Amino acid sequence: MPFSPIILWTDALIYLFIGVVLCFIGYVRHHEHLLTPWKRVGHSVSGMSALTVLLFFLIIGLLDTIHFRPALDHKTSQGEKVYSVEVLSLLDILVTPLRTQVEKTYSAPLSSHLYAKETIELADGRQIRDFARLEFGGAHLQNPEMERMNDIAWRTAKGLAYGLLVWSLLTAGLVIILARRNQQNFMQSLTGIWRRTGEIPWHAILITLLILSLLIGCVSMLATHYHVLGTDKVGQDILYQSLKSIRVALVIGTLTTLIMLPFALLLGMMAGYFRGWVDDVIQYIYTTLNSIPSVLLIAAAVLMMQVYIETHPDLFETIASRADLRLLFLCIILGITSWTGLCRLLRGETMKLRELEYIQAAHAFGVSHWRIISRHILPNVMHLVLIATVMDFSGLVLAEAVLSYVGVGVDPSMISFGTMINAARLEMAREPMVWWALLAAFGFMFTLVLSANLFADAVQNALDPRTRTLKQRNKFFQRRGNKTDTPLNKAS
Amino acid sequence: MKTLLTIEHLETLLHTGSAPVRAVDGLTLKILPGETFALLGESGCGKSMTALSIMRLLPDVGEIVAGQIRINGIDLLQLPETEMRKIRGKRISMIFQEPMLSLNPVLTIAEQIEEALKQHLNLPHQAMQARIQELLQQVGIPDAPRRMHEYPFQFSGGMKQRAMIAMALAGEPELLIADEPTTALDVTIQAQVLDLMRQLQQRNHMAILLITHDLGVVSEMAQRIAVMYAGEIVELATRDDFFNHPAHPYSQQLFASLPGKQKRDQALTVIQGNVPSLAQQFTGCRFVDRCTQAMELCRQSIPQWYSVTDEHQVRCHLFSKDSVNDTPVAKNSTRHAVNTVQPVPATTAPILLQVTDLKVYFPIHEGLFKRVVGHVKAVDGVSLTITAGKTLALVGESGCGKTTIGKSILQLIKPTAGSVRFKERELIALERSQLRQIRSQFQIIFQDPYSSLNPRMRIIEILQEGMNALNVDRIHPVGSSSLPSTDSREKEIDTLLQRVGLPADVKWRFPHEFSGGQRQRIAIARALAVNPELLICDEPTSALDVSVQAQILNLLKSLQTNLGLAFLFITHNIAVVEYLADEVAVMYLGRIVERGNINEVMDSPKHPYTQALLSSVPQIKSNLDQHIIPLKGDLPSPAAPPRGCHFHPRCPYAMPICREVYPSASTFSATHTAHCFLYPQEQSSESYEH
Repeated sequence: MPFSPIILWTDALIYLFIGVVLCFIGYVRHHEHLLTPWKRVGHSVSGMSALTVLLFFLIIGLLDTIHFRPALDHKTSQGEKVYSVEVLSLLDILVTPLRTQVEKTYSAPLSSHLYAKETIELADGRQIRDFARLEFGGAHLQNPEMERMNDIAWRTAKGLAYGLLVWSLLTAGLVIILARRNQQNFMQSLTGIWRRTGEIPWHAILITLLILSLLIGCVSMLATHYHVLGTDKVGQDILYQSLKSIRVALVIGTLTTLIMLPFALLLGMMAGYFRGWVDDVIQYIYTTLNSIPSVLLIAAAVLMMQVYIETHPDLFETIASRADLRLLFLCIILGITSWTGLCRLLRGETMKLRELEYIQAAHAFGVSHWRIISRHILPNVMHLVLIATVMDFSGLVLAEAVLSYVGVGVDPSMISFGTMINAARLEMAREPMVWWALLAAFGFMFTLVLSANLFADAVQNALDPRTRTLKQRNKFFQRRGNKTDTPLNKAS
Repeated sequence: MKTLLTIEHLETLLHTGSAPVRAVDGLTLKILPGETFALLGESGCGKSMTALSIMRLLPDVGEIVAGQIRINGIDLLQLPETEMRKIRGKRISMIFQEPMLSLNPVLTIAEQIEEALKQHLNLPHQAMQARIQELLQQVGIPDAPRRMHEYPFQFSGGMKQRAMIAMALAGEPELLIADEPTTALDVTIQAQVLDLMRQLQQRNHMAILLITHDLGVVSEMAQRIAVMYAGEIVELATRDDFFNHPAHPYSQQLFASLPGKQKRDQALTVIQGNVPSLAQQFTGCRFVDRCTQAMELCRQSIPQWYSVTDEHQVRCHLFSKDSVNDTPVAKNSTRHAVNTVQPVPATTAPILLQVTDLKVYFPIHEGLFKRVVGHVKAVDGVSLTITAGKTLALVGESGCGKTTIGKSILQLIKPTAGSVRFKERELIALERSQLRQIRSQFQIIFQDPYSSLNPRMRIIEILQEGMNALNVDRIHPVGSSSLPSTDSREKEIDTLLQRVGLPADVKWRFPHEFSGGQRQRIAIARALAVNPELLICDEPTSALDVSVQAQILNLLKSLQTNLGLAFLFITHNIAVVEYLADEVAVMYLGRIVERGNINEVMDSPKHPYTQALLSSVPQIKSNLDQHIIPLKGDLPSPAAPPRGCHFHPRCPYAMPICREVYPSASTFSATHTAHCFLYPQEQSSESYEH
């Protein structure tokens, strides 16, 4: 085998999570009344556009989750294969040029020279101080000052063309599938999408896909010969770092939430539902937890764990598995310290719900406490949980950045938005400013969090049976915006 | 005569669903200066939207698309917003239904009135304060100089509504729009507020547009009446004409669906179906699908206005010139003597529920260590008995502890003391698991059909919940002894839904797809699912329209005859009590002040509170000699009930002894007792100590 597969702890959890999600989807598909609200998610324009972007991030994250150790060329004396100590992921293989083309230090996006002057020894032995040529970025150009702009423009155009081509193929495939499903011919389906007759907003999805594929096309054409988003202090490609950070962000966002949810849900609903001493105990616990500065708590826990890892080096085969265990522990610690906010929110909502008459009616039937909590209260607080977890998602990614700054975040060998921001932080003060690292991290995080927010919003709207008219109202406002001569306007 | 407000062909759209809803559709009316004009109609017929259109305060989704609204000749719809703000409060004022929600809790009453005054009058501070005080005195707030600086939470519901009226009067408007001003208030407070509005109208010579669904209030207040149905006015008449000869079939059927004593032995006339969706275009009469006198013509052409008399117009084809057979349906005035309910011998039926000396105290905690500093005595020594298959009505104002009794009988609230015996079995002190075995025999129906069904569960799940929890296998105890399988469960649910008058296929839907009346039917079906013998009905119809109320009352009555259910009917609606109850218990501040058979209590009330309560109910009958016994003030706080008889601060007959000792029972007949010193006291074992 040319590689030996590696399943890290977080990988296993991600696979498990995906499995559970797939089971849930299968379950929903077989139950009509559960399927209907989820179908409504598919009717939301913003939700489906967001989902398209989110899927792009998820695919990158998943590609980055499949880890293995490539085989080295030489063999041991027994003829066994020797595998590299470096753990790579599928994503690393896909973007090999980005990973391997390392410059000396900072370089601006798409530039062909370094960002700082250094002493260069010329062929004739003279030494001058100048911006040195990059080793890889624009290295194919003879005369960068003259040719660079043309080259970039040409590659951009080519990338756009490829992007458009891929998009057209995707669209054609989609239309054919739709046509077959609805038993129409190709043109009917196409005009159907164009005129927005169907319930699923294919036009919005296709437009999002178009933007995405054009971007990817451009970037992939340029990335082979330039550093599209520049390089960092040690000359690593920022684009590569951003792509690698996506997995860490997703892991921290989802795993932490999954660890936090049972605490928050169970304790919050118990406190609100049972009141009395249960409420008192739970309140004391979270007030105490809240009053300890969370950074200190996390720092203490992380340091303890770090000592453990360092005293047991034999437990870890590779650097990656050590970094991964540290990431997992970070998720657990973040999860244990961050449930208090949601817990308090759920306690309040449950206190409101328990007085409602349908809960009283359930009491009158002698329904057991746990059944009331799971059947009546849980579904009615789910909207809060959904909103809070999506809001927390961005907060957690930021918390990771803060912790990395203190030095208790992810392993230094692991690339994350936190370490990127932390590394870029000091360079903001320098003149001329190094802005691209921060901007790249910010741009990727913003897109990820925004699309997650929009999608959660669509899910919440669709799942809540009471807010169904909202979409139609929005439609009306768009229509009314176009109509200028309402009688009232005329009158006033 | 000069008209004050003219509305012509007003059309207001609400863009809420897929198609715009024509909330107000071609409404035309005139209001004269100084008159009270009542706009009467069920919920959802566009009354409030009319009011908001006049004020131009429509919600974001609302839009006035056509028509004119003129006040003294000024077209309000042509005014820019800045001018409109000068009209609001100065020429037209509005008071809203919920006094609790219409006042800002963080501002004092004086500050809120000052805000309204500043808008229209430029007064120095001293004069402003004097004016506020005067306004509050005008609306009958005692001790106005002190109370004006209090916050809304220190005011009771009736006081808040008075403060709202004072605020509305601040700009001395020519027209006061009162949108259901007393719906949220108790009858005795309602009588006070209505009386106040009448006085103010006479003094200030202001016109009132009274929007209400309550025929009783209309009859007491209005001079002219417009009946609204599905966005348009269907009948326009003076008060006397309307109440003596309602012309439109809708008005007639509304009257017929009112519950009352005279209709005890019969089912109420119900208006079939629902108000049609206003999103459609009408090609005929809007009422045609629910009308009992519908003709072919009604479906084909939209009826025009026809005159019955000069001031009585109606939009109905029955009154077109070729069919002038004016046949006013015999009304309640002629049916007065019919009363065939014979007093039932109390010994025949077994006693189902016996409540003795029930007390429910809620502790008041204060301070750092949550020390108990006092108790809210919500229920303070109540005894009742309910016999199988009979209805006991528990009547009283809000806050007197009616609902607490209902819940503590069900053990939803743990009683502090006393005993609740259901079929000779003591319920208090039973463990949760022991209680579960007999839970199926008594169930509850709640007031608000919107919060009593879990919005996330389908109807089938709601109905199954109780059956699953209590392991009730069969609806019919005598039915087949099949094992409880999914199929048989579904069949049972179908039967249940049919029993409450709903089609079987609704079980797959969610509660929000149903109207209030349908939801209440589902709530009843849920309670029936476990074969109870006693149903506690906690104001089951007070959130519903008159015509829907009639449906629910009919349903309850037929359930009682068919299944032999006993009801504990908790309500403040006297008309419903008269229609449904066999026995009545009147509650005041946690204690029962009078109880007896329905006829005894309704015909010869003994306790001054019962007398005042009964007289405060707005009557539809046009006997003007009816004398309202005014009650001063509000219900005292149950945390600190007055010494002696709880009622003495408000009682017109209060004697010195009433301030000292709580009266014991006076017996008038085997079933009729009251607690009042006006009548000879008897030595009874139950004595209340303070």
